[in-house]
Amino acid sequence: MQSVFADALLDPERAPPPGLRVADAAERFAVYRNNVVSGLSRALAAGFPAVEAIVGTEFFAAMAALFVRRHLPQSPVLLDYGTALPDFLQTFAPAAELPYLADVARLELAYTRAFHAADAMPLPPETLGRIAATSLAALRLRLHPSLQVLCAAYPVATIWAMNTGRAPLTEITDWSGEDILVLRPQLTVDVIVLAPGEATFLLALQAGETLEAAASAALACSDDTFNLGAALAALFTRGAVTTLDPSAQDRT
Amino acid sequence: MLPRQAGTAFKPAHFAALQADPAPVAFLEVHAENYMGAGGLPHAQLTALRRDHALSLHGVGLSIGSEADTLDRDHLGRLRLLCERYAPDSFSEHLAWSSHGGGFLNDLLPLPYTEATLQRVIRHVSQAQEALGRRILLENPATYVQFAASTIPETEFLAEIAARSGCGLLLDVTNVQVACTNRDEDPAAYLACFPLQQVGEVHLAGHHVTQDRSGRPLLIDDHGSAVSDTVWQLYDTVIARAGALPTLVEWDTDVPDWTVLAAQAARVQARLGHAHRTAQAA
Repeated sequence: MQSVFADALLDPERAPPPGLRVADAAERFAVYRNNVVSGLSRALAAGFPAVEAIVGTEFFAAMAALFVRRHLPQSPVLLDYGTALPDFLQTFAPAAELPYLADVARLELAYTRAFHAADAMPLPPETLGRIAATSLAALRLRLHPSLQVLCAAYPVATIWAMNTGRAPLTEITDWSGEDILVLRPQLTVDVIVLAPGEATFLLALQAGETLEAAASAALACSDDTFNLGAALAALFTRGAVTTLDPSAQDRT
Repeated sequence: MLPRQAGTAFKPAHFAALQADPAPVAFLEVHAENYMGAGGLPHAQLTALRRDHALSLHGVGLSIGSEADTLDRDHLGRLRLLCERYAPDSFSEHLAWSSHGGGFLNDLLPLPYTEATLQRVIRHVSQAQEALGRRILLENPATYVQFAASTIPETEFLAEIAARSGCGLLLDVTNVQVACTNRDEDPAAYLACFPLQQVGEVHLAGHHVTQDRSGRPLLIDDHGSAVSDTVWQLYDTVIARAGALPTLVEWDTDVPDWTVLAAQAARVQARLGHAHRTAQAA
Protein backbone atom coordinates (compact mmCIF):
# COMPACT_ATOMS: atom_id res chain seq x y z
CA MET A 1 0.00 0.00 0.00
CA GLN A 2 2.63 2.54 1.07
CA SER A 3 4.80 2.08 -2.03
CA VAL A 4 1.80 2.80 -4.32
CA PHE A 5 0.95 5.80 -2.13
CA ALA A 6 4.57 7.05 -2.17
CA ASP A 7 4.92 6.62 -5.95
CA ALA A 8 1.71 8.57 -6.52
CA LEU A 9 2.92 11.32 -4.18
CA LEU A 10 6.02 11.90 -6.25
CA ASP A 11 4.48 11.63 -9.72
CA PRO A 12 1.87 14.32 -10.44
CA GLU A 13 0.80 12.44 -13.61
CA ARG A 14 -0.34 9.43 -11.64
CA ALA A 15 -3.86 8.82 -10.35
CA PRO A 16 -4.28 8.86 -6.57
CA PRO A 17 -3.73 5.45 -4.98
CA PRO A 18 -6.75 3.09 -4.98
CA GLY A 19 -8.75 2.45 -1.84
CA LEU A 20 -9.34 6.04 -0.73
CA ARG A 21 -12.83 6.58 0.66
CA VAL A 22 -13.58 10.19 -0.12
CA ALA A 23 -15.70 11.91 -2.75
CA ASP A 24 -12.94 13.84 -4.48
CA ALA A 25 -9.92 11.65 -3.79
CA ALA A 26 -7.69 13.39 -6.33
CA GLU A 27 -8.08 16.83 -4.78
CA ARG A 28 -7.67 15.56 -1.22
CA PHE A 29 -4.66 13.46 -2.17
CA ALA A 30 -3.15 16.54 -3.81
CA VAL A 31 -2.78 18.10 -0.34
CA TYR A 32 -0.25 15.38 0.55
CA ARG A 33 1.41 15.68 -2.86
CA ASN A 34 1.85 19.41 -2.32
CA ASN A 35 3.03 18.98 1.29
CA VAL A 36 5.79 16.59 0.23
CA VAL A 37 7.17 18.64 -2.65
CA SER A 38 6.73 22.09 -1.10
CA GLY A 39 8.06 20.95 2.28
CA LEU A 40 11.22 19.46 0.78
CA SER A 41 11.61 22.47 -1.54
CA ARG A 42 11.46 24.77 1.50
CA ALA A 43 14.05 22.64 3.27
CA LEU A 44 16.28 22.93 0.19
CA ALA A 45 15.78 26.70 -0.08
CA ALA A 46 16.69 27.10 3.60
CA GLY A 47 20.11 25.58 2.90
CA PHE A 48 20.78 27.38 -0.39
CA PRO A 49 19.65 31.02 0.03
CA ALA A 50 22.29 32.43 -2.35
CA VAL A 51 21.38 29.97 -5.11
CA GLU A 52 17.74 30.97 -4.65
CA ALA A 53 18.60 34.70 -4.72
CA ILE A 54 20.65 34.27 -7.91
CA VAL A 55 18.05 32.32 -9.91
CA GLY A 56 14.93 33.86 -8.33
CA THR A 57 12.23 32.16 -6.26
CA GLU A 58 10.18 30.99 -9.25
CA PHE A 59 13.13 29.32 -11.02
CA PHE A 60 14.28 27.82 -7.72
CA ALA A 61 10.84 26.37 -6.95
CA ALA A 62 10.60 24.77 -10.41
CA MET A 63 14.15 23.40 -10.13
CA ALA A 64 13.54 22.18 -6.56
CA ALA A 65 10.35 20.36 -7.61
CA LEU A 66 12.44 18.34 -10.09
CA PHE A 67 15.34 17.86 -7.67
CA VAL A 68 13.33 16.64 -4.67
CA ARG A 69 11.54 14.00 -6.76
CA ARG A 70 14.87 12.72 -8.07
CA HIS A 71 16.78 13.02 -4.77
CA LEU A 72 14.53 12.19 -1.84
CA PRO A 73 16.32 12.62 1.49
CA GLN A 74 17.82 9.31 2.59
CA SER A 75 17.29 10.14 6.28
CA PRO A 76 14.71 12.04 8.36
CA VAL A 77 17.49 14.47 9.32
CA LEU A 78 17.21 17.28 6.78
CA LEU A 79 19.98 19.48 8.22
CA ASP A 80 22.23 18.95 5.22
CA TYR A 81 19.57 18.07 2.66
CA GLY A 82 20.84 18.84 -0.83
CA THR A 83 24.30 17.25 -0.86
CA ALA A 84 23.47 16.21 -4.44
CA LEU A 85 22.38 19.72 -5.48
CA PRO A 86 25.80 21.04 -6.70
CA ASP A 87 26.23 18.11 -9.11
CA PHE A 88 22.57 18.39 -10.15
CA LEU A 89 23.06 22.08 -10.98
CA GLN A 90 26.30 21.35 -12.86
CA THR A 91 24.32 19.51 -15.54
CA PHE A 92 20.97 21.33 -15.20
CA ALA A 93 20.50 22.75 -18.71
CA PRO A 94 18.24 25.71 -17.75
CA ALA A 95 21.08 26.99 -15.51
CA ALA A 96 23.83 26.50 -18.10
CA GLU A 97 24.43 30.24 -18.48
CA LEU A 98 25.36 30.46 -14.78
CA PRO A 99 28.55 28.36 -14.76
CA TYR A 100 29.39 29.43 -11.18
CA LEU A 101 26.04 28.29 -9.74
CA ALA A 102 27.18 24.77 -8.81
CA ASP A 103 30.15 26.18 -6.88
CA VAL A 104 27.91 28.66 -5.06
CA ALA A 105 25.85 25.61 -4.02
CA ARG A 106 29.07 23.84 -2.91
CA LEU A 107 29.95 26.85 -0.76
CA GLU A 108 26.46 26.89 0.80
CA LEU A 109 26.71 23.17 1.53
CA ALA A 110 30.09 23.76 3.23
CA TYR A 111 28.52 26.62 5.21
CA THR A 112 25.70 24.35 6.44
CA ARG A 113 28.16 21.59 7.36
CA ALA A 114 30.31 24.07 9.29
CA PHE A 115 27.19 25.44 11.03
CA HIS A 116 26.33 21.97 12.37
CA ALA A 117 29.89 20.62 12.79
CA ALA A 118 31.13 19.35 16.16
CA ASP A 119 32.20 21.98 18.68
CA ALA A 120 35.91 22.35 19.47
CA MET A 121 37.81 25.07 21.30
CA PRO A 122 40.42 26.78 19.08
CA LEU A 123 43.86 27.46 20.57
CA PRO A 124 44.37 31.15 21.38
CA PRO A 125 46.54 33.12 18.89
CA GLU A 126 49.30 33.53 21.52
CA THR A 127 49.97 29.79 21.23
CA LEU A 128 51.96 30.34 18.08
CA GLY A 129 54.52 32.58 19.83
CA ARG A 130 55.14 29.88 22.44
CA ILE A 131 56.18 27.20 19.96
CA ALA A 132 59.98 26.78 19.83
CA ALA A 133 61.28 27.83 16.40
CA THR A 134 63.26 24.61 16.15
CA SER A 135 60.15 22.48 16.48
CA LEU A 136 58.06 24.30 13.85
CA ALA A 137 59.14 22.31 10.80
CA ALA A 138 58.09 18.94 12.20
CA LEU A 139 54.90 20.24 13.84
CA ARG A 140 51.56 18.77 12.93
CA LEU A 141 48.38 20.72 13.71
CA ARG A 142 44.90 19.40 14.30
CA LEU A 143 42.44 21.75 12.61
CA HIS A 144 38.90 22.62 13.67
CA PRO A 145 36.28 20.00 12.70
CA SER A 146 34.25 22.66 10.86
CA LEU A 147 37.15 23.64 8.57
CA GLN A 148 36.57 23.16 4.84
CA VAL A 149 38.45 24.45 1.82
CA LEU A 150 36.83 25.08 -1.56
CA CYS A 151 38.75 25.98 -4.74
CA ALA A 152 36.39 27.65 -7.21
CA ALA A 153 37.01 28.66 -10.82
CA TYR A 154 34.89 31.81 -10.26
CA PRO A 155 34.80 34.49 -7.52
CA VAL A 156 32.26 32.42 -5.64
CA ALA A 157 32.74 33.85 -2.13
CA THR A 158 32.18 37.33 -3.56
CA ILE A 159 29.06 36.20 -5.46
CA TRP A 160 27.78 34.42 -2.34
CA ALA A 161 28.34 37.48 -0.10
CA MET A 162 26.51 39.74 -2.57
CA ASN A 163 23.54 37.36 -2.76
CA THR A 164 23.11 36.84 0.97
CA GLY A 165 23.10 40.53 1.94
CA ARG A 166 26.65 40.39 3.34
CA ALA A 167 28.09 42.67 0.64
CA PRO A 168 26.47 45.26 -1.62
CA LEU A 169 25.43 44.03 -5.06
CA THR A 170 27.93 45.56 -7.46
CA GLU A 171 29.28 44.59 -10.85
CA ILE A 172 32.07 42.03 -10.66
CA THR A 173 35.03 43.09 -12.81
CA ASP A 174 37.59 40.50 -11.73
CA TRP A 175 36.29 37.04 -12.60
CA SER A 176 39.36 35.14 -11.33
CA GLY A 177 38.65 32.09 -9.25
CA GLU A 178 38.72 32.17 -5.45
CA ASP A 179 40.11 29.68 -2.94
CA ILE A 180 37.73 29.78 0.02
CA LEU A 181 38.01 28.81 3.68
CA VAL A 182 34.81 27.95 5.58
CA LEU A 183 35.30 27.78 9.35
CA ARG A 184 33.20 28.01 12.52
CA PRO A 185 35.60 28.54 15.45
CA GLN A 186 32.76 29.47 17.85
CA LEU A 187 29.11 29.77 16.78
CA THR A 188 29.43 32.01 13.71
CA VAL A 189 30.51 30.63 10.34
CA ASP A 190 33.31 32.57 8.64
CA VAL A 191 33.78 32.53 4.85
CA ILE A 192 37.25 33.79 3.94
CA VAL A 193 39.01 34.24 0.58
CA LEU A 194 42.47 32.68 0.81
CA ALA A 195 45.82 33.94 -0.49
CA PRO A 196 47.69 31.92 -3.16
CA GLY A 197 48.99 28.63 -1.78
CA GLU A 198 46.90 28.79 1.42
CA ALA A 199 44.33 26.27 0.19
CA THR A 200 47.05 23.71 -0.55
CA PHE A 201 48.66 24.49 2.83
CA LEU A 202 45.42 23.96 4.74
CA LEU A 203 44.48 20.79 2.88
CA ALA A 204 47.96 19.35 3.53
CA LEU A 205 47.73 20.18 7.26
CA GLN A 206 44.22 18.75 7.38
CA ALA A 207 45.61 15.54 5.85
CA GLY A 208 48.14 15.34 8.72
CA GLU A 209 51.27 16.63 6.96
CA THR A 210 53.97 18.49 8.92
CA LEU A 211 54.24 22.28 8.63
CA GLU A 212 57.34 21.87 6.51
CA ALA A 213 55.70 19.49 4.04
CA ALA A 214 52.53 21.60 3.87
CA ALA A 215 54.55 24.79 3.28
CA SER A 216 56.62 23.30 0.49
CA ALA A 217 53.49 21.99 -1.24
CA ALA A 218 51.98 25.48 -0.92
CA LEU A 219 55.13 27.14 -2.31
CA ALA A 220 55.24 24.75 -5.25
CA CYS A 221 51.67 25.49 -6.32
CA SER A 222 51.84 29.28 -5.87
CA ASP A 223 54.94 30.19 -7.92
CA ASP A 224 56.78 30.67 -4.62
CA THR A 225 54.42 33.50 -3.56
CA PHE A 226 53.09 31.57 -0.54
CA ASN A 227 53.96 33.37 2.70
CA LEU A 228 54.36 30.81 5.49
CA GLY A 229 54.64 33.35 8.31
CA ALA A 230 51.45 35.13 7.33
CA ALA A 231 49.56 31.90 6.66
CA LEU A 232 50.59 30.43 10.01
CA ALA A 233 49.62 33.58 11.93
CA ALA A 234 46.28 33.69 10.10
CA LEU A 235 45.64 30.05 10.98
CA PHE A 236 45.79 30.90 14.69
CA THR A 237 44.03 34.28 14.57
CA ARG A 238 41.16 32.71 12.61
CA GLY A 239 40.76 30.07 15.29
CA ALA A 240 41.48 27.20 12.92
CA VAL A 241 43.83 25.18 15.17
CA THR A 242 42.50 23.06 18.01
CA THR A 243 45.54 20.96 18.95
CA LEU A 244 49.28 20.93 18.47
CA ASP A 245 49.89 17.30 17.64
CA PRO A 246 51.72 15.94 20.71
CA SER A 247 53.53 13.24 18.76
CA ALA A 248 55.15 15.97 16.65
CA GLN A 249 56.36 17.77 19.78
CA ASP A 250 57.79 14.54 21.17
CA ARG A 251 60.10 14.28 18.20
CA THR A 252 61.67 17.72 18.84
CA MET B 1 5.92 14.79 32.79
CA LEU B 2 5.50 18.27 31.39
CA PRO B 3 4.08 21.00 33.65
CA ARG B 4 0.29 21.40 33.29
CA GLN B 5 0.81 24.86 31.87
CA ALA B 6 1.29 26.69 28.57
CA GLY B 7 4.23 26.04 26.27
CA THR B 8 5.26 27.11 22.78
CA ALA B 9 7.13 25.54 19.91
CA PHE B 10 10.62 27.08 19.97
CA LYS B 11 11.76 29.07 16.94
CA PRO B 12 15.37 30.35 16.79
CA ALA B 13 14.02 33.85 15.92
CA HIS B 14 12.55 33.99 19.44
CA PHE B 15 15.74 32.99 21.27
CA ALA B 16 16.73 36.48 22.47
CA ALA B 17 13.20 37.27 23.71
CA LEU B 18 13.03 33.98 25.65
CA GLN B 19 16.45 34.58 27.19
CA ALA B 20 15.41 38.07 28.27
CA ASP B 21 12.16 36.83 29.83
CA PRO B 22 11.49 33.09 30.09
CA ALA B 23 8.36 33.63 32.19
CA PRO B 24 5.60 33.60 29.52
CA VAL B 25 5.99 29.85 28.90
CA ALA B 26 6.57 26.94 31.26
CA PHE B 27 7.86 24.60 28.57
CA LEU B 28 9.26 24.63 25.07
CA GLU B 29 8.94 22.04 22.36
CA VAL B 30 11.48 21.39 19.61
CA HIS B 31 11.50 19.03 16.65
CA ALA B 32 14.08 16.40 17.49
CA GLU B 33 15.39 16.18 13.92
CA ASN B 34 16.50 19.84 14.00
CA TYR B 35 18.97 19.01 16.78
CA MET B 36 20.70 16.06 15.17
CA GLY B 37 23.74 17.98 14.01
CA ALA B 38 26.98 17.45 15.94
CA GLY B 39 27.31 20.93 17.46
CA GLY B 40 27.00 24.65 16.79
CA LEU B 41 24.28 27.22 17.42
CA PRO B 42 21.21 24.91 17.66
CA HIS B 43 22.73 22.96 20.56
CA ALA B 44 24.11 26.12 22.21
CA GLN B 45 20.63 27.67 22.16
CA LEU B 46 18.83 24.54 23.35
CA THR B 47 21.34 24.07 26.18
CA ALA B 48 20.77 27.65 27.31
CA LEU B 49 16.97 27.37 27.07
CA ARG B 50 16.95 24.06 28.92
CA ARG B 51 18.17 25.86 32.07
CA ASP B 52 14.94 27.88 32.35
CA HIS B 53 12.32 25.66 30.72
CA ALA B 54 10.84 22.22 30.80
CA LEU B 55 11.40 20.55 27.42
CA SER B 56 9.22 18.53 25.09
CA LEU B 57 11.12 16.67 22.38
CA HIS B 58 8.82 16.09 19.41
CA GLY B 59 9.86 13.72 16.63
CA VAL B 60 8.67 14.11 13.05
CA GLY B 61 10.72 11.41 11.34
CA LEU B 62 10.36 8.06 13.10
CA SER B 63 7.64 6.81 10.74
CA ILE B 64 5.85 4.79 13.40
CA GLY B 65 3.04 3.96 10.96
CA SER B 66 5.48 2.52 8.44
CA GLU B 67 4.86 -0.85 6.75
CA ALA B 68 8.48 -1.81 7.45
CA ASP B 69 9.03 -4.63 9.96
CA THR B 70 11.05 -2.47 12.34
CA LEU B 71 11.71 1.21 12.89
CA ASP B 72 14.93 2.82 11.61
CA ARG B 73 17.50 1.79 14.24
CA ASP B 74 19.92 4.57 13.27
CA HIS B 75 17.21 7.13 13.84
CA LEU B 76 16.24 5.57 17.17
CA GLY B 77 19.92 5.81 18.13
CA ARG B 78 19.97 9.52 17.31
CA LEU B 79 16.79 10.06 19.33
CA ARG B 80 18.25 8.16 22.27
CA LEU B 81 21.36 10.38 22.22
CA LEU B 82 19.19 13.51 22.25
CA CYS B 83 17.11 12.15 25.14
CA GLU B 84 20.32 11.44 27.07
CA ARG B 85 21.75 14.88 26.29
CA TYR B 86 18.70 16.99 27.16
CA ALA B 87 16.66 14.72 29.48
CA PRO B 88 13.37 16.03 28.01
CA ASP B 89 10.24 15.93 30.16
CA SER B 90 8.36 14.32 27.28
CA PHE B 91 9.08 12.63 23.96
CA SER B 92 6.30 12.43 21.40
CA GLU B 93 5.78 11.19 17.84
CA HIS B 94 2.93 10.79 15.36
CA LEU B 95 0.45 8.16 14.27
CA ALA B 96 1.68 8.45 10.68
CA TRP B 97 4.36 7.25 8.29
CA SER B 98 6.95 9.41 6.57
CA SER B 99 9.63 7.12 5.15
CA HIS B 100 9.39 4.47 2.49
CA GLY B 101 12.04 2.30 0.87
CA GLY B 102 14.86 4.34 2.40
CA GLY B 103 13.45 7.65 1.15
CA PHE B 104 12.12 10.28 3.57
CA LEU B 105 8.95 11.99 2.32
CA ASN B 106 8.92 14.75 4.98
CA ASP B 107 5.18 14.60 5.59
CA LEU B 108 2.95 12.85 8.11
CA LEU B 109 1.15 10.36 5.87
CA PRO B 110 -2.04 8.47 6.76
CA LEU B 111 -2.56 4.77 7.34
CA PRO B 112 -5.67 2.60 7.27
CA TYR B 113 -6.97 1.57 10.68
CA THR B 114 -7.24 -2.23 10.67
CA GLU B 115 -6.32 -5.11 13.02
CA ALA B 116 -3.12 -5.63 11.02
CA THR B 117 -1.98 -1.99 11.11
CA LEU B 118 -2.90 -1.81 14.80
CA GLN B 119 -0.63 -4.76 15.62
CA ARG B 120 2.20 -3.20 13.64
CA VAL B 121 1.89 0.25 15.22
CA ILE B 122 1.84 -1.31 18.71
CA ARG B 123 5.03 -3.23 17.83
CA HIS B 124 6.67 -0.03 16.58
CA VAL B 125 5.64 2.03 19.60
CA SER B 126 6.99 -0.70 21.88
CA GLN B 127 10.24 -0.78 19.90
CA ALA B 128 10.60 2.99 20.30
CA GLN B 129 9.84 2.87 24.03
CA GLU B 130 12.37 0.10 24.52
CA ALA B 131 15.07 1.89 22.52
CA LEU B 132 14.51 5.19 24.30
CA GLY B 133 13.94 3.64 27.71
CA ARG B 134 10.86 5.77 28.33
CA ARG B 135 7.13 6.09 27.74
CA ILE B 136 6.33 8.09 24.61
CA LEU B 137 3.27 10.08 23.58
CA LEU B 138 1.60 9.38 20.23
CA GLU B 139 -0.20 12.21 18.39
CA ASN B 140 -3.49 11.96 16.48
CA PRO B 141 -2.92 13.02 12.85
CA ALA B 142 -4.37 15.75 10.62
CA THR B 143 -5.66 13.77 7.65
CA TYR B 144 -7.06 14.60 4.21
CA VAL B 145 -8.11 11.16 2.96
CA GLN B 146 -9.59 8.01 4.49
CA PHE B 147 -9.10 4.40 3.49
CA ALA B 148 -11.91 2.09 2.42
CA ALA B 149 -10.00 -0.65 4.27
CA SER B 150 -10.30 1.07 7.67
CA THR B 151 -12.48 -0.84 10.14
CA ILE B 152 -11.55 0.82 13.45
CA PRO B 153 -12.45 4.39 14.45
CA GLU B 154 -9.37 6.54 15.03
CA THR B 155 -10.15 7.21 18.71
CA GLU B 156 -10.51 3.47 19.36
CA PHE B 157 -7.33 2.80 17.37
CA LEU B 158 -5.39 5.27 19.55
CA ALA B 159 -6.95 3.95 22.77
CA GLU B 160 -5.92 0.39 21.84
CA ILE B 161 -2.34 1.46 21.07
CA ALA B 162 -2.10 3.24 24.43
CA ALA B 163 -3.66 0.33 26.34
CA ARG B 164 -1.50 -2.34 24.71
CA SER B 165 1.86 -0.54 24.40
CA GLY B 166 1.62 1.53 27.57
CA CYS B 167 2.28 4.76 25.64
CA GLY B 168 0.49 8.02 26.34
CA LEU B 169 -1.29 10.21 23.81
CA LEU B 170 -0.73 13.70 22.50
CA LEU B 171 -4.09 15.25 21.67
CA ASP B 172 -3.77 17.79 18.86
CA VAL B 173 -7.09 19.64 18.99
CA THR B 174 -6.41 21.41 15.69
CA ASN B 175 -5.79 18.03 14.05
CA VAL B 176 -9.16 16.89 15.42
CA GLN B 177 -10.87 19.91 13.88
CA VAL B 178 -9.02 19.45 10.56
CA ALA B 179 -9.41 15.68 10.20
CA CYS B 180 -13.04 15.54 11.37
CA THR B 181 -14.14 18.40 9.11
CA ASN B 182 -12.32 16.84 6.15
CA ARG B 183 -14.15 13.55 6.64
CA ASP B 184 -17.47 15.24 7.45
CA GLU B 185 -17.56 14.15 11.08
CA ASP B 186 -18.30 16.11 14.25
CA PRO B 187 -15.09 17.09 16.12
CA ALA B 188 -17.00 17.28 19.41
CA ALA B 189 -18.23 13.70 18.95
CA TYR B 190 -14.62 12.61 18.22
CA LEU B 191 -13.40 14.30 21.41
CA ALA B 192 -16.21 12.67 23.41
CA CYS B 193 -14.71 9.28 22.43
CA PHE B 194 -11.08 10.29 22.96
CA PRO B 195 -9.34 8.52 25.89
CA LEU B 196 -8.46 11.75 27.73
CA GLN B 197 -7.00 9.93 30.73
CA GLN B 198 -4.06 8.89 28.49
CA VAL B 199 -3.31 12.43 27.31
CA GLY B 200 0.08 13.78 28.40
CA GLU B 201 0.08 16.89 26.21
CA VAL B 202 -2.26 18.97 24.08
CA HIS B 203 -1.31 20.76 20.85
CA LEU B 204 -3.06 23.85 19.47
CA ALA B 205 -2.18 25.59 16.19
CA GLY B 206 -3.64 27.65 13.41
CA HIS B 207 -5.03 25.96 10.30
CA HIS B 208 -5.93 27.08 6.79
CA VAL B 209 -9.57 27.02 5.68
CA THR B 210 -10.44 26.42 2.04
CA GLN B 211 -13.00 24.54 -0.06
CA ASP B 212 -12.71 21.74 -2.53
CA ARG B 213 -14.16 21.92 -6.05
CA SER B 214 -17.53 20.63 -4.90
CA GLY B 215 -17.74 23.39 -2.28
CA ARG B 216 -17.12 21.22 0.76
CA PRO B 217 -14.78 22.60 3.41
CA LEU B 218 -11.16 21.48 3.16
CA LEU B 219 -9.05 22.32 6.20
CA ILE B 220 -5.26 22.26 6.01
CA ASP B 221 -3.05 21.96 9.06
CA ASP B 222 -0.40 24.57 8.17
CA HIS B 223 0.57 25.96 11.63
CA GLY B 224 0.63 29.37 9.97
CA SER B 225 -1.80 31.54 11.94
CA ALA B 226 -3.44 32.09 15.35
CA VAL B 227 -5.56 29.32 16.88
CA SER B 228 -9.12 29.59 15.53
CA ASP B 229 -12.17 30.26 17.72
CA THR B 230 -13.59 26.82 16.90
CA VAL B 231 -10.41 25.16 18.16
CA TRP B 232 -10.41 27.27 21.36
CA GLN B 233 -14.01 26.11 21.99
CA LEU B 234 -13.05 22.47 21.46
CA TYR B 235 -10.06 22.98 23.77
CA ASP B 236 -12.38 24.37 26.46
CA THR B 237 -14.44 21.17 26.35
CA VAL B 238 -11.24 19.11 26.72
CA ILE B 239 -9.98 20.88 29.85
CA ALA B 240 -13.50 21.06 31.30
CA ARG B 241 -13.47 17.24 31.24
CA ALA B 242 -9.80 16.45 31.82
CA GLY B 243 -8.65 19.40 33.93
CA ALA B 244 -5.44 21.29 33.25
CA LEU B 245 -3.09 19.59 30.75
CA PRO B 246 0.33 20.63 29.42
CA THR B 247 -0.68 22.64 26.35
CA LEU B 248 1.51 23.74 23.47
CA VAL B 249 0.87 26.44 20.88
CA GLU B 250 2.58 25.67 17.54
CA TRP B 251 3.32 28.27 14.86
CA ASP B 252 5.74 26.96 12.22
CA THR B 253 5.12 28.91 8.99
CA ASP B 254 4.97 32.72 8.71
CA VAL B 255 6.35 32.73 12.25
CA PRO B 256 5.24 35.95 14.01
CA ASP B 257 7.05 38.14 16.54
CA TRP B 258 7.47 36.59 19.96
CA THR B 259 4.82 38.90 21.48
CA VAL B 260 2.15 37.41 19.18
CA LEU B 261 3.04 33.83 20.10
CA ALA B 262 3.39 34.74 23.79
CA ALA B 263 -0.14 36.21 23.66
CA GLN B 264 -1.44 32.86 22.37
CA ALA B 265 0.35 31.12 25.25
CA ALA B 266 -1.21 33.63 27.67
CA ARG B 267 -4.69 32.67 26.38
CA VAL B 268 -3.85 29.03 27.16
CA GLN B 269 -2.49 29.93 30.58
CA ALA B 270 -5.64 31.90 31.49
CA ARG B 271 -7.80 28.86 30.68
CA LEU B 272 -5.50 26.51 32.58
CA GLY B 273 -5.55 28.82 35.62
CA HIS B 274 -9.31 28.67 35.54
CA ALA B 275 -9.22 24.86 35.25
CA HIS B 276 -6.82 24.65 38.23
CA ARG B 277 -9.08 26.88 40.35
CA THR B 278 -12.19 24.92 39.39
CA ALA B 279 -10.45 21.65 40.32
CA GLN B 280 -9.38 23.06 43.72
CA ALA B 281 -12.91 24.31 44.44
CA ALA B 282 -14.43 20.93 43.61
